[in-house]
Amino acid sequence: MLPDEKGYFGEFGGCFAPETLIPVVNELTKAYQGIQQDPSFWAEFDGYCRDYIGRPTPLYFAERLTAHCGGAQIYLKREDLSHTGAHKINNALGQGLLAQRMGKKRIIAETGAGQHGVATAAVCARLGLECVVYMGEEDMARQSPNVFRMRLLGAKVVPVTSGSKTLKDAVNEALRDWITNCENTYYILGSVVGLHPYPAMVRDFQSIIGTEARRQILEKTGRLPDYLIACVGGGSNAMGIFKAFLNDKEVKLIGVQAAGKGIETGEHAAPLLAGSIGVFQGAKSYVLQDRYGQITNTYSISAGLDYCSVGPQHSHLKTIGRAQYFSATDHEALAAFQLLCKIEGILPALESSHAVAYALKFAPTLEKDKVIIVNLSGRGDKDLQIVMKALGE
Amino acid sequence: MSRITSVFQKVGHKALIPYITVGYPDTKTTLKAISLLEANGADIIELGIPFSDPLADGATIQESSYQALRKGVNTDTCLEIVRQARKKTTVPLVFMSYYNPVLRYGLEKFCIACAEAGVDGLIVPDLPPEEGTDLKSFTLRYGLDLIYLLAPTSTPERIKMVAEQSSGYIYLVSVAGVTGARTSLPPDLHSFIARVRRETKKPLCVGFGISTPEQAGEIGKLADGVIIGSRLIQLMKEDQTLSSLAKFIKTSRTTLI
Repeated sequence: MLPDEKGYFGEFGGCFAPETLIPVVNELTKAYQGIQQDPSFWAEFDGYCRDYIGRPTPLYFAERLTAHCGGAQIYLKREDLSHTGAHKINNALGQGLLAQRMGKKRIIAETGAGQHGVATAAVCARLGLECVVYMGEEDMARQSPNVFRMRLLGAKVVPVTSGSKTLKDAVNEALRDWITNCENTYYILGSVVGLHPYPAMVRDFQSIIGTEARRQILEKTGRLPDYLIACVGGGSNAMGIFKAFLNDKEVKLIGVQAAGKGIETGEHAAPLLAGSIGVFQGAKSYVLQDRYGQITNTYSISAGLDYCSVGPQHSHLKTIGRAQYFSATDHEALAAFQLLCKIEGILPALESSHAVAYALKFAPTLEKDKVIIVNLSGRGDKDLQIVMKALGE
Repeated sequence: MSRITSVFQKVGHKALIPYITVGYPDTKTTLKAISLLEANGADIIELGIPFSDPLADGATIQESSYQALRKGVNTDTCLEIVRQARKKTTVPLVFMSYYNPVLRYGLEKFCIACAEAGVDGLIVPDLPPEEGTDLKSFTLRYGLDLIYLLAPTSTPERIKMVAEQSSGYIYLVSVAGVTGARTSLPPDLHSFIARVRRETKKPLCVGFGISTPEQAGEIGKLADGVIIGSRLIQLMKEDQTLSSLAKFIKTSRTTLI
């Protein structure tokens, strides 16, 4: 099982961090290895998953969407029904419990769309931990309801004004806080990115999505799906649903990145499609950068996908051909958002709408006996302002 | 013996190591600053290659990097600055760069270019020795020192390992944190330096947070050299004639002996 002991998935991953953090990260890796074999940890995790998050989330047959597409059967894994409205809480809970076991009283986190920030704030409120969330100033403006939610949940939200004022800058600021306060602080990183052990640890806490989905699809259809489709910013919901199926070679894995205004315009957030290999925020992976290795600005209507790199395991899955990566534009995501509202009565997050958008294009090309599971990673209430603006309402 | 190593051969002499960001506020000023720093007693000069996401740096160096990048400074610009500076000076010059610009340039190509331009060593703050094997093979081949860092959080095993891997000197990060001027030196600095000293005879230079010539003098009593960065960038911002910068270095030189 990847990663190797240095945190590599093939040539991707690793632990590129300032010396101050290396001993801290080694301690974290050790603590994480410790709980993997500890049934009491997982009993506690499962208990919260059931009673606090509301797991298992349903696997829902989207009958009208399927009929609309006229091809493969489309199932939705309803992570949008999780407590706080997205899959992010699975990981925030796992790491929150780990932090508690490590005796850390202060939690920091970064957030883009605000979903990871809200999830972390909720977990900290529940576990009685201090919580500080770093969020780009730009993202605070476009996701203001989530800023208010975090504050209601007792978190301190710190605006990040450096760089592009979005997710990558929030990660930089959180890392700087961690370097400074590593003694008493635990950093709950929200995606399968960053230095080892985060890509593996976040994936493992999220893998409950795929574990449930695999069991549910077998119960409902008696067979494995042909395709899994998930949106990929950092890539945690995608790794979460992919992991349980990695050894099922007949199940094809599809990740959908944000094409923004179109890959050809340069205004996008699709490092797996238009990036090159680099080392960023602790890991070797695909990165959007210029010829001198400076990180370039990204764009997407969806704050949660607006990130210039991607989890190293995705880079690995792409390289070995186990997963394929495509993209959806703002425009396509908005159309998918509206369609899902209209014919299924489900309001998806703009992030998840990218996965739905790809399914809308892809399902009609398949036979009716094919089965697709789309990971509906979050709900879209937080996006109403943006959608209203985009639709000119 | 490398040019950096020879700095530490003078008995009783403590190394004064200023850091400036290349291209801040512009490349002309960088060249002027190098001459001034050397004339006023700098033993080694660290030149920062600006990076878009300097996660080990505080607000001051972030800002200087951002400004330099906005002016179009890139890795080739930095190499050209060194080439020009080398026409007039023999002071050891060390590049400080995050890993991605080095990786993107090509590890071997970068080391060759550094050696040809007259760079003496490299500091890569986000590259621990565990990830540095490839770069190390090229710095060795092209005669560059690869200077690794230690922090107060470093365990005894890591101190041993990093000390063994580092060449030229060892960069001791005075405090768990990012770069930036601070009002006082951390109380446990003495014991941190002592812990490293027990493991190695290599030169130990302390940086992060050093803001006054007096503090530099304090460090001089404990270590082999002192690295000053953010405070100098602030002085360059406040006084573009660079006379404050020159004065600061001159005074630090006298407190260091």
